[in-house]
Order: sequence, then C-alpha cells, then structure tokens
Amino acid sequence: MSVWARIMLCGLTGLAILMSPGTEAGDARYEGIGSTASADLIRAWDIDVAANGAGAPPGSGNVADGETVYFEKCVQCHGDFGEGVGNMPKLISGSGTLLDDRPVKTVGNFWPFAATLFDYIKRTMPMQAPQSLADEEVYSVTSYILYINNIVPKDFTLNRASMAEIEMPNADGFYMDNRSSKESFSDFCMQDCPSYKVLGTAK
Amino acid sequence: MSRAQEGNSLVPEWTRSLGAGVDASPYGMPSPFEADVVRKNVDWLTPTRESSVNFTPLHALEGIVTPNGLCFERHHAGAAVVDPSAHRLLLHGMVDRPMTFTLEDILRLPRVSRFYFLECAANGGMEWRNAQMNAVQFTHGMVHCVQYTGVPLKLLLEHAGISDKAKWLLVEGGDGAAMTRSLPIEKALDDCMIALFMNGERLRTEQGYPLRLVVPGFEGSMWIKWLRRIEVGEGAWQTREETSRYTDLMPDGRARRFTWEMDCKSVITTPCPENPIARKGTNLLRGLAWSGRGKVAEVHVSLDGGRNWRHAKLEGPVYGKCLTRFFLEDWSWNGEELYLQSRAVDSTGYVQPQMAALKKVRGANSTYHNNAIQTWHVKPSGEVQNVRLG
Repeated sequence: MSVWARIMLCGLTGLAILMSPGTEAGDARYEGIGSTASADLIRAWDIDVAANGAGAPPGSGNVADGETVYFEKCVQCHGDFGEGVGNMPKLISGSGTLLDDRPVKTVGNFWPFAATLFDYIKRTMPMQAPQSLADEEVYSVTSYILYINNIVPKDFTLNRASMAEIEMPNADGFYMDNRSSKESFSDFCMQDCPSYKVLGTAK
Repeated sequence: MSRAQEGNSLVPEWTRSLGAGVDASPYGMPSPFEADVVRKNVDWLTPTRESSVNFTPLHALEGIVTPNGLCFERHHAGAAVVDPSAHRLLLHGMVDRPMTFTLEDILRLPRVSRFYFLECAANGGMEWRNAQMNAVQFTHGMVHCVQYTGVPLKLLLEHAGISDKAKWLLVEGGDGAAMTRSLPIEKALDDCMIALFMNGERLRTEQGYPLRLVVPGFEGSMWIKWLRRIEVGEGAWQTREETSRYTDLMPDGRARRFTWEMDCKSVITTPCPENPIARKGTNLLRGLAWSGRGKVAEVHVSLDGGRNWRHAKLEGPVYGKCLTRFFLEDWSWNGEELYLQSRAVDSTGYVQPQMAALKKVRGANSTYHNNAIQTWHVKPSGEVQNVRLG
C-alpha cells in the first residue's frame, strides 16, 4: 500500500490502523523516522528496576561488602551512621515516626519498596559520579542500607529474587491520590464571610 | 553658562550620543537597569546547588509568558549540557518495534505549539506551617509559563506501535540523576508533548535541551528534562521520585501518591512584598491564577482578609493549564491597612481554599501541593508583608 493510501485509510479508520497488532511501525505514517533499536543498546540503557524487582541485573551483594562500599563512597555525605552530614539526606530516621511534628522520612520508616532503593542508587549514586558503581556494589550497598535500618539481618545477601521478597516497614503507608473524594472545595462566600485573625508574619 | 550648555543639561546623555551598533549584542539581554530581575535561590533550603531549585521573579513580570532565562530551575543532579548530535531518544518496552530517534528525526515530525504553566509540586512548600518567606518570588516562584513547541507524545507512541496492554510509561532523563517517573498511558495519549522549543527558541540547557517532556497540568517533576528514554509497560515503576519524594504525608501518618494534577491556585503579584505601594490614589492590583485541571473560570479578590470579595477581571488570553492574568478594575488606595487575598475558581468548579481549610484535610507535613490562598498585609506605610491568617 502506498504511503498516501495509508494516510487516507488512517483518516477513515482513525487510530485503528496505527494501533492494530502487526502494523509495521515506522512505515505506517512517518517514513524514514527513527531506527530499530538494537538489543545491545536497549540492554545498555534499560537500567530501571521496578518495584517487583523486574529488570534487576544478575549478581548479588551482602551487608559486609556493602559496609566497605559505603565507607568508601557514601559516608562523605550520608555520615558514619547514615545520619546525613549537615543537611544531606538521612538514611536512617532514628526513633522518629511519620506522626511526629516534623517527621524524618527515610528508607526505614517511609520507602515502600526495597527495589526502589537499588534502582535509585544504581542510576544516580554517588552524586559526584552517577552510574559508576558495579552491579555487585549496588547490591551490597543496598543490603547495607537495609541492614542499618533493621530491615535485613547482618548476614543478608541481596539478589534479584530476595529483593522482591523484602517487606518494607512502611509498605502499606501509601494510598492513591484521593483529593477528589476527600477534598470538596467547591463552595465560596462573597459577603460577610468568616473572619480570620493573624497567626504569623514572615520575617 | 552658554545657551548650548544650558540646553545640554535638559537633554539627557543618551540623546546627545550614539548608541550601540547592531553587532554589539547578537543575543539581546535585558536593560542593565533590570539587573535585579533574576532567578534567586534560598541557601538553607537544600544541601547542594546541584540538587536544588531557584525561583521565578513573578513580581517583576507581566502578562502570562515567562521569559526563558527567568523560568525557575529545579535539578536533581545539576543542569546537563547535552550535545544534540549525540543525543538519542529510545522508545522501547511494549511496542511493536523498539526505536531510537535522533534529533534530526524528531525535528522532521509534525509539531504543535501550546502555552502551559509548569509548577513544582513543592511550590509554596516553605509556607505550610506559617508565613515564612517575605517575597512572592519565594512563596510562589516555582512556576513558569511558556509556549512549548514540540511533537505530541501520542504520535511517537503510535509510530512505534504500542501494545493494547500498555498501561504506564517510564520516562527517563539523560542527566546525572537519570530522573525517572511513571506516567499513566491515558495522560501520555492525551496532551503530553516532547518539546523542542520554548517561547520560539530551542529549549534552554537548564530546561532540558534538547528534549523535554511536557505533561500539562501535572507536577513539574514529571516533565522529564534531557529526555532520553521511554519504556512502555504494564505497571507503575514506583521510582524514588514517586515514593520517597513527591508523595504527600497526611495527618494519619500515611501518604498520598500519584498526586499528579496541580490544584487551582492564584496569587497577587502587585502589590506584594517586593512591590510595596508608593503613594495613595490610583494603583494597580494584578495577579496570576492557574489550574492543572482546566481553565481559570473566575478570580475573586478580598481587601479585608477574606470577609468580603469582589470579582477580578481576567485579562486574557485564558487557556487551559496555563497562567491567567487577573486584575482589579479602577483600584485606588487611600492609605488604609489591607489584608489582600485572591481566590481562583477553575472550570471544574474547584475553589482555591483558605489555608485553614486545606490544613484541616492535609495537616502541615505534606510538603507538596500547597495551593492555599495567600494573604498580603498592606500597612499604612504602603509596605507589604506576607502574613498567615487562620
């Protein structure tokens, strides 16, 4: 079928032709746009690990090795105990809870998935040299951070299978956006509305 | 004094001399007298400059368009400088044919141009507990609005042929944060765009050159900059930026996630702390309103801290998911103390709440999505201060 015939057909049948299985993408409408991505390129770029561990690379790492990696590459910012140097992110929350007046949200009390920790470290840590860690280092330092948050034991080894089985303390701590059912800001008053007093001023 | 000398003292220097030639400034810059109109950051807010934010000087801008160099920046690993000739966009996962695109490819595809606001979910985040920042630049400046030109995301997805089972996309940046968010397929096929241009010129480095995802009405962290990869899948990835960050902790100790839409909001930009009232009589009262769910339908202004309200005029153009300029007609100030507020209503009927009403639901620890009504206290001196009413 000629390109023009296809365009005509698209016009008649809407998206059906573009969405239909088996359509050879790339020649349906925009001729010569894009190239087929090679498996090697996808493998090199597709670094994400989803919440269920899908996409995690081969390999493993344990807490003890993770401690070595941590004190070599992480301690400068995150501190000896994961407490965060200065204003740098804390990796442990101490005794704090999410009901505190100013809660400290960390891996231990807030992050719902262990796989997210692996994914994040792999893609962007250490901050000065992102994507410089070997997969084994990512596995081991993830193990170590889970360990200092009392989520895994000292002899723990993280791999793709064990990653998905870790139950994070705050796994149930999230729900979908419910603003539309919980917030009904739809009325307003124009005259003689309730008055408010001054509670504070910016300095 | 000669007649010539006397005359010269009445004629300014710039009228008695030659100006700069047309080759003096190949890329024009603002007048040197506008040197204070710049993005500013807050030193104590973040531990590093690379994972940080600066703020749009809303008090000094007019209309609805933000100049490119004044659009606030929020980076997670600094602003990446990407060579467009070496940049590729990978589209893979649940598609008929995984594809890579060069910039040259994308520049050959049909384009659309649309005005949209972009607001960081944390805009106003420093104001939850009390009035803190005495400047509209810092209370509301994590928003900007430009005309984007780019390729509809839907077009690229259809070009590669997405599976019927596809529910989510992972969108990833090419910066050192490799910033990632999960994007629902409905939104991707609705109004998302892969932007190449902003306000007529190619994207600025700090806004994601050469490719940025535009996600109209949704929180800014989803507008992935330096876009390099889109993976099509069945489930949300639950990345760090949609679990440990950009989730909203509620008073029950649990957190809302996937709070994508930016709630309807407004603020008066003159008067404001940076724009005190200089003298009695005729003055301007102008501001900005926006909603991530549609168009701004109306804006009300109160001079007495929310007791009584008047309808403001919408200046136009009024576009959906775009800043809208409002003003109060024929406004004059006689030197009295005022508590100025603005309240926006959007096309879905959502009414911008007072902070007391918002906190009743959300508490003070949600960090993100503060769209409460802002109060400016105008003192008899004409000075303006950020205050919290409750």
